[in-house]
Amino acid sequence: MSTREWVFRHPRYVRYMVREFSCLFIAGWTALMVWGLKQLAEGPAAWAAFLELLRTPASIVFQLATLAFAAYHSITWFNLTPKALPLQVGESFVPGWVVAGAHFAGWAIVSALVLALAL
Amino acid sequence: MIQLEVLRYNPETDQEPRFQRYEVPFRDDWVVLDALNHVKEEIDPTLSYRWSCHMAVCGSCGMMINAEPKLACKTFVRDYSGVIRVEPLRHFPVERDLITVIDDFVAKLARVKPWLMPKEAPANGEYRQTPAQLKRYKQFTLCINCMLCYAACPEYGLIPGYLGPAAITLAHRWNRDSRDGGREARQEEIAAKEGAWECSFVGACSEVCPEHVDPAAAIQQVKIENTVDWYKDHLMPWLKK
Amino acid sequence: METISADVAIVGAGGAGLRAALALADAAPKLRIALISKVYPMRSHTCAAEGGAAGVIKPDDSLAQHFEDTVGGGDWLSDQDAVEYFIREAPKELLQLEHWGCPWSREPDGSVAVRPFGGMKLMRTWFAADKSGFHILHTLFQTSLKYTSIRRFDEYYATDLLVEDGRCRGLTAIEMRSGQMRHFDAGAVILAGGGAGRMFAFTTNGAIKTGDAMALAYRAGVPLKDMEFVQYHPTGLPSTGTLLTEACRGEGGVLLNRHGRRFLQDYGMGPETPLGHPVLKTMELGPRDRVSQAFWHEQRKGNAVSTRWGDAMLLDMRHLGEKKIDERLPLVRDMSISYMGVDPVKDPVPVRPVVHYMMGGIHTDIKAATPLAGLFAAGECACVSINGANRLGSNSLTELLVFGRRAALSSLEYLESQGAHRGAAEGAAEKALGRIRELLQRAGGGESVAGLRKEMMHAMEQHAGIYRSGEGLAAACAKLAELRRRYRNLQLHDRTNVYNTDLLQALELGSMLDCAEAVVQSAAARKESRGAHQRLDFPERDDRNYLRHSLAYYRGAEAPGIDYRDVVITKSKPGVRDYSGEHARAHA
Repeated sequence: MSTREWVFRHPRYVRYMVREFSCLFIAGWTALMVWGLKQLAEGPAAWAAFLELLRTPASIVFQLATLAFAAYHSITWFNLTPKALPLQVGESFVPGWVVAGAHFAGWAIVSALVLALAL
Repeated sequence: MIQLEVLRYNPETDQEPRFQRYEVPFRDDWVVLDALNHVKEEIDPTLSYRWSCHMAVCGSCGMMINAEPKLACKTFVRDYSGVIRVEPLRHFPVERDLITVIDDFVAKLARVKPWLMPKEAPANGEYRQTPAQLKRYKQFTLCINCMLCYAACPEYGLIPGYLGPAAITLAHRWNRDSRDGGREARQEEIAAKEGAWECSFVGACSEVCPEHVDPAAAIQQVKIENTVDWYKDHLMPWLKK
Repeated sequence: METISADVAIVGAGGAGLRAALALADAAPKLRIALISKVYPMRSHTCAAEGGAAGVIKPDDSLAQHFEDTVGGGDWLSDQDAVEYFIREAPKELLQLEHWGCPWSREPDGSVAVRPFGGMKLMRTWFAADKSGFHILHTLFQTSLKYTSIRRFDEYYATDLLVEDGRCRGLTAIEMRSGQMRHFDAGAVILAGGGAGRMFAFTTNGAIKTGDAMALAYRAGVPLKDMEFVQYHPTGLPSTGTLLTEACRGEGGVLLNRHGRRFLQDYGMGPETPLGHPVLKTMELGPRDRVSQAFWHEQRKGNAVSTRWGDAMLLDMRHLGEKKIDERLPLVRDMSISYMGVDPVKDPVPVRPVVHYMMGGIHTDIKAATPLAGLFAAGECACVSINGANRLGSNSLTELLVFGRRAALSSLEYLESQGAHRGAAEGAAEKALGRIRELLQRAGGGESVAGLRKEMMHAMEQHAGIYRSGEGLAAACAKLAELRRRYRNLQLHDRTNVYNTDLLQALELGSMLDCAEAVVQSAAARKESRGAHQRLDFPERDDRNYLRHSLAYYRGAEAPGIDYRDVVITKSKPGVRDYSGEHARAHA
């Protein structure tokens, strides 16, 4: 069975592939960051060139796309966490939104910290 | 009136499957199974399909209805417009018309050792199990073995050796039963490459499951348990009994 | 023809068949067991049973009380020695299931919970939410996978028993996948193929309940006992006939007519009990025959609710609350919403009596042995009889276990007494094959499976319902004789081999016609009213002439011969079945 056969059978499979596809962008962005580190190690001229690279239209499109994919992946992933982590209290389970919500909260806090450091 | 387009295949007379169209009356309380029964009784007695309980508990009547895995006895004709396409459950070889060969599935159920391996011999009377302990695995006992999850799972479609959602969920059901001590015995199957790790969390299985068993959840829970086990084994070997 | 050898062949892989297989595998690990079923085991109709399985475990309960409830519930037609055995074994079997991992619902302290059920004085029905049969079946099936000595033959349709020198020596069965006939050469055979409710138009029974096991034994000369006793379950969905468990009433649900009146109090089951606080053995917890009969009378009086699917009464569970319904009756809620468009949390659900269970079946003794040496039977296809003229809800699931095991042990004892098993019955096997070939090749008949089946169902529904009459039964007998004659002109449309459901349904129809004729002939011959067999022309119970079981003997193309056999009475003399509140209070 080829991929083309099943991916477009139902929206749920397309959504799944988009989620999985995000790894390409995230891998690409990671490679970009590693490249940036390398340029940083090679001195101010290389670092400046790197920052220029980041500012090119193509690069900005790529970074925005990566942000979108990463956000999509994180949101779908966090929404699925209650399935993998059932927390039972007596005869009931902690509601899904609490588990997922905790993940989103953690994400928000970490993002805020990173932003504070960067700015 | 409504139109059913049904896959027909008889290995004795057909080189390959073909579709046959039937026109049946529209009744707003009918399910697709009622329509098929009408076809068989009034139009074409040669049509073959499995069914029994008509109340979504025996698991016989799984089929593809407009390309979605569904139970024919719980799929209402009134929810469709245009032609309703009825095909045998995907990812299983077709035996005859809407009947599939399910040997692979049945064999996989048996492989996960789905029976109680008690932790200890029972004292007098029953094992004590509180409602909370029952709740821990109850959901996973509800599987009616209808195989809709196997039809929905692209991994199973691509990798026939994959144990599959229902089989892994069944193992997990026993693992979570407070009376059971057989987790290690089942590990060989479900921790294997073609066990839980073949799953990439598409989640289609849980979406199509008519009993809300949530096999996707079971499989991820198995993955986590296996991972914890692995770390315990390798980093804290003194814990091994 | 390929021959498969086994020590014991079991036909039917539902609760009774699986339990028999497990008992054999446990008791004799080297025994070769063939478990033959026309469906995969998890499709067996045991899966549809909802309410629970009865067995005495609570300290305030007693075996004597379970005995009394069962014998009275059966209108004294139950064999009391069999009932004594049954109730004694019941708790042990249910406990064994628990030890095999069955997810019984629990009390807060972790012990097994029991719920109230119709006709039972005290709570003794073990349950697993409202999917008890489902969980029992899956527990048994999954446990059976442990034993390599149980060799399964899934989707094999048994066609004939092979009898030689007065002994049952096996059977023939069609391998449905290929259409090929197989000869099962066995030292002993256990029939556990279920009931025959599909002979009626409106039934809780699934497609597979076509009386094949009953017909197998019947045609081999074993009488069918008490066939006239057909149970109507009071609360089936009017749209599909599928079942809403008695547990709805056990948990406190009430039955209303179109005026909103709890009408059961007008039929000897009153006085009205407080809403949500059912009193055992009265009102909505009366026995199934009485409750169904009350509806019939209400219908005649014009008090029934009118629905697009005919008359109905209302099952009101609103006062139970959403939490309780979701906890204990989730399948009921799902089914009401899906198939009736009614949410029991918000509205009363229309329901109607529907054919559910056959008290009658293959005549066996208290050890599950039929009069034919080497042949045993258990479950709904058998009649021991513990259920008599009317079965109490939740006795049947337990019956599968108790007599499934008993049949297994009896078959083992029989094998031991026989010594080495001699090869069998090739001639009989060839004859069976010939019969099927003839049916397949028959041309120019003009009758169809669907046509004959519809006429049969209509006749049964009309004349063999909750209330019967001499005229109606005579008409039914004539009709069944005619249909059996016309069956010989049945012509198949599908003559191929692979999974030929036209052929299989034709064979199932043959089984149903034979069983249906036994039902109506036995009913016509029983000139009294008792339990589930009610006659407008003979409205009283007649213990002097009819404290006996009917036995219907197969006579080929002729109508069955009817004979009688005394009921075994030990402790309980026939009395009055009193389900009124006064009686309940007086005997509390």
